[in-house]
Amino acid sequence: MMSLESLRGQVAIAGVGHAGLGEAQGHTEMEVLAQAAARAVADAGLNMRDIDGLATCSSSATMWSMPVAEYLGLKPRYIEATMLGGSSFVSHLLPSVMALVSGQCNAVLVCYGSTQKTAVFGRKEGVKARTLLDPQPFEYPYSPLSPVTSYALAAARHMHQYGTTREQLAEVAVAARAWARLNPEAAMRDPLSIADVLASRPVSDPLTVRDCCLVSDGGGAYVMVRADRARQLKQPPVYVLGSATAVWNRQISSMEDLTVTAAAESGKRALAMAGLTVADVDVAELYDAFTINTLLFLEDLGFCKKGEGGAFVQGGAIAPGGRLPVNTNGGGLSCVHPGMYGIFLVIEAVRQLRAQAGERQVQGADIALVHGNGGTLSSQSTAILGGPATH
Amino acid sequence: MQREMEGAAPSGPQEQYFSNLAEGRFRIQRCAACGAHQFFPRVLCMHCGAQDLAWTEPSGAGTVYSFSIVRRKPDAGGDYNVALVDLQEGVRMMSRIDGVAPGGLRIGMPVRAHVLRGEGQPLVVFVPAEVA
Repeated sequence: MMSLESLRGQVAIAGVGHAGLGEAQGHTEMEVLAQAAARAVADAGLNMRDIDGLATCSSSATMWSMPVAEYLGLKPRYIEATMLGGSSFVSHLLPSVMALVSGQCNAVLVCYGSTQKTAVFGRKEGVKARTLLDPQPFEYPYSPLSPVTSYALAAARHMHQYGTTREQLAEVAVAARAWARLNPEAAMRDPLSIADVLASRPVSDPLTVRDCCLVSDGGGAYVMVRADRARQLKQPPVYVLGSATAVWNRQISSMEDLTVTAAAESGKRALAMAGLTVADVDVAELYDAFTINTLLFLEDLGFCKKGEGGAFVQGGAIAPGGRLPVNTNGGGLSCVHPGMYGIFLVIEAVRQLRAQAGERQVQGADIALVHGNGGTLSSQSTAILGGPATH
Repeated sequence: MQREMEGAAPSGPQEQYFSNLAEGRFRIQRCAACGAHQFFPRVLCMHCGAQDLAWTEPSGAGTVYSFSIVRRKPDAGGDYNVALVDLQEGVRMMSRIDGVAPGGLRIGMPVRAHVLRGEGQPLVVFVPAEVA
């Protein structure tokens, strides 16, 4: 039997691209997806005709992979359309590695596009439609704001159980903003202080609007090929060293312990596949849909002990110049968040590992941990990526 | 009692749960095979997979596990709370705490279940244990 460890470093990400970040006025979600896809393919030095594997999904269209194949003119031999919410485009890594190593296909395009901000059928309409298409009859009658109230419940419990403070949560948003200020592509680049976060509009206590990710448009894509081929292509290869996904529940009311996510499992498995520990990680891209996410994932992935996430981030520890660079593009909180953010975690990690991140570049970054979250702390997907030197 | 799931069973556990509520009865499932309670209702036990489930009446006693005040403009109805409550039987559910002043809600607070029947869907809410 093939082992997961044997897949370590056998596949690399050879190209990345994005399009329509912020507001994609006058474009459809398919159009921003296709623009991002074309850029990722060109970045890899490939042609769209080289793509014979496709991984994609959508927040609204359940059969999304078919119109994407049709639009891009692909006839894929491998199709991955697992929909786990925002973590999907991290979770697509492992099955794509397997498809490439087995020879099922030779070049996989992972891609996403959303116009939830500017489309007529946008985020608000999507949330409403899901109450019918994806009913949760034991939660919806109590009118939780979707999805922020679920994360607020987790934050409140973490504060109660571990003494985590509002200031510590705010520190996550402040660090993300400090990174965004170094990223010309980030949407929010004005200075932000802890006091600003605390004074901003309350949405679902204890979270304010500045504890919540942005609502934006945007498309993103990356291209995967076998490592030997990646080394012949245009860009420095970024190796997939480990990848794992875990799902324990869908609804926040079904989560056993609101302070422990399935990242505790996905992180352990991804690091085991990579043969690494968190001490080896130079840069971490953690899905920050809300400030509490970053604390939970730092703990569950093992960067600090359970309950110590608040103390871990204090004093600019995850901001530029801190002990652990986290969400170096500005994250979902300050850079971009088009409904499902997962693909942008991968894109930023690749740029860091290629040393192409400009002013926000983490010097000597060889190992990146990427962590995606989906639903309401429901799906967790971790990947360990390695720069050219890790071959 | 829960009806058999196979054959011509007229309704599934979800419909039975809400039918009970409509009659003012709050019932949860208990597995005859492993003895565990579960919420929300299912056709099989989430703990052991057995299909031998029966409806039982919970004591109604619970504890607030977490809560959030959802902010809403006064002209849209004003703020309201959403809570997770742990029942004495060991299950958790989403609900709302009524009969408590804003700012009076606390995690760990003892509460008691109350079936709200009015317009629309019947609903289990909770009130502070001392006023129940």
